[in-house]
Amino acid sequence: MAFLDRGARSLFLGEFVSSFILAMKYFFKPKATLNYPYEKGALSPRFRGEHALRRYPNGEERCIACKLCEAICPAQAITIEAGPRQDDGSRRTVRYDIDMTKCIYCGFCQEACPVDAIVEGPNFEFAVETREELFYDKERLLANGDRWEYEISKNIELDAPYR
Amino acid sequence: MVDWASLWTIYGWPLTVMVGQIMLVLMSVLISIAFLLLADRKIWAAVMLRRGPNVVGPFGLLQSFADFGKFILKEIIIPDAANKGVFLLAPVVTVVLAFIAWAVIPFADGWVISDINVGMLYIFAISSLGVYGIIMAGWASNSKYPFLGALRSAAQMVSYEVSIGFVIVTVLLLAGSLNLSDIVRAQKTVWFFIPLFPMFVIFLILALAETNRPPFDLAEAESELVAGYMTEYSSVPYLLLMLGEYLNIVLMCAMATILFLGGWLPPFDVAPFTWVPEVIWFVLKMLLIFFYFAMVKAFVPRYRYDQLMRLGWKVFLPISLAWVVLTAGVLVTFDLAP
Amino acid sequence: MIIQAMAFYLFATVTVASAVMVISVRNPVHSVLFLILTFFNAAGLFVLLGAEFLAMILVIVYVGAVAVLFLFVVMMLDIDFVELRQGFLNYLPVGGAIGFILVLELILVLGASSVIQVPEGMAASPAPPLGEVTNTEALGRILYTDYVYLFQTAGLVLLVAMIGAIVLTLRAREGVRRQNISDQVARTPALGMELKDVKPGQGL
Repeated sequence: MAFLDRGARSLFLGEFVSSFILAMKYFFKPKATLNYPYEKGALSPRFRGEHALRRYPNGEERCIACKLCEAICPAQAITIEAGPRQDDGSRRTVRYDIDMTKCIYCGFCQEACPVDAIVEGPNFEFAVETREELFYDKERLLANGDRWEYEISKNIELDAPYR
Repeated sequence: MVDWASLWTIYGWPLTVMVGQIMLVLMSVLISIAFLLLADRKIWAAVMLRRGPNVVGPFGLLQSFADFGKFILKEIIIPDAANKGVFLLAPVVTVVLAFIAWAVIPFADGWVISDINVGMLYIFAISSLGVYGIIMAGWASNSKYPFLGALRSAAQMVSYEVSIGFVIVTVLLLAGSLNLSDIVRAQKTVWFFIPLFPMFVIFLILALAETNRPPFDLAEAESELVAGYMTEYSSVPYLLLMLGEYLNIVLMCAMATILFLGGWLPPFDVAPFTWVPEVIWFVLKMLLIFFYFAMVKAFVPRYRYDQLMRLGWKVFLPISLAWVVLTAGVLVTFDLAP
Repeated sequence: MIIQAMAFYLFATVTVASAVMVISVRNPVHSVLFLILTFFNAAGLFVLLGAEFLAMILVIVYVGAVAVLFLFVVMMLDIDFVELRQGFLNYLPVGGAIGFILVLELILVLGASSVIQVPEGMAASPAPPLGEVTNTEALGRILYTDYVYLFQTAGLVLLVAMIGAIVLTLRAREGVRRQNISDQVARTPALGMELKDVKPGQGL
């Protein structure tokens, strides 16, 4: 009898039909994925996304051109040139470039920074159409910092108890 | 002295009408392909609990058009060692063959570009040529994975064509004609999938194999052959290969509809059903078959190559051959042959 | 009529031209592709003659099956073109003779058929006029009545050829472990594994 049963099942494509029914059940189930561009997943305060150079609340840029980030960067994505600033002669960066195509988002730069100037913000949607746009310069990084300051400072504050 | 007026009535006007018909069919098929491609992705996604494309246009309806634009704008890369002429000819052959088969498909009673007597043979011939696009693409790429994909696909399509031929023969025995419109009209009393149910099931499986769809997509098995014969293609040639593949799938849906599901005929020949235009019935049936195509992709694992060959030669060929003999025998014994 | 004539000249020219290309191109794969083009155009000529059934069968059988296998084999050949050219002149006399004989035969057949009138009743079944019965039906009526024995014999010849090919290539090897799919499918969890209640500290 078992033989007949098996024969009938394979003749009528039993497994195929049952898997079709199973697939149909899943077809009508609620989706497991997010509706991405309109819904986004929660990000940890430690999330390492796009870089930003921060400023002090009075508008003074934090970076003092110590080049620790350049030194620690394992991908050698950061290039810094230092020099005295025009108006007050304080040591600042003349050039602060990050090659985002080299960056591995390890977060060592923000660990190394003594003044919390360079940070990796929560932004992960910075796709561009050409390669050149991914070579960030100081202006771009400072603009990022101005744009994401609220989120970045909040993240640093939330993460502070664990460091 | 050339009589321009009579020249227009003899050649000009019929030619204009014909070109108009061809453009109409071409455009409607192309546009429906765009949405069917999206439907395919959406159905596949739904079974996997994903959402599928949903950004371009409402519910992602314009996704295919966005993809089209992307393919058009990309750079055409031709490998250095490729046989350039054949490499570029292959996608064109694929698409042209996939398009010309639509010339004989009757969308409704009389809605057909060319109502030729050997319509079924024509479609069979055209679909058997589909393998050339793949072989040429695989060979001309001059690369290992495309070549392996082409070899697999050539052997597979030749093997499965034999069985699909026998399945078609059983239908032809019942219909008594090779003309596609006549085949549909012969199903006025009963759709052929009822008396020929096993053949219908086999046809649906063979159609998957003919169009290189899962579980028979060994020609482009991504886990083994990257993308099979399409590996070296990019931009517009790739678009043409993809388009040809989907055109063949939709053509198979149309064939299943015509051969087994009564083409444009309504399910019951009574009032509420006959109000619906014939072409709507045709499209609905095609969509039903297409849904099956899309669903199968979602839940079957791929066959191993030797299993594929065993299935084709040792299972489907004997069964379909036996059914040809059986059908012919029954028709002759009870004097039912048309 | 003009369009038909134009179509004829198109098909005929491409047929002859691609047939010439078949034997003149260097790459064997290109050669096979030209052969396919030749078949295709020959099918077009059949359609022009009103023999649409033959045209479709030509495409299905020759282009769809035979030429695919041709291409399949040729693609995998590793051909040294220099070596291929070397023996060319040696074979010229023999090849030329065969070609000459073929041409002679063709002329004889064509010349005879145009000169000799076929007497009434010699042709087994006169071709019914087009329009009365379809091409397919007319062929079927002749093939399955007057020529049924020849037809069956042709089938038998092909069957013998097929069996011969299988016999020549089949070898039963000893000690090969084959997959038995129905056995594998029939296997149940109960057959495949056994649940044991293992006491702590004792093992099996």
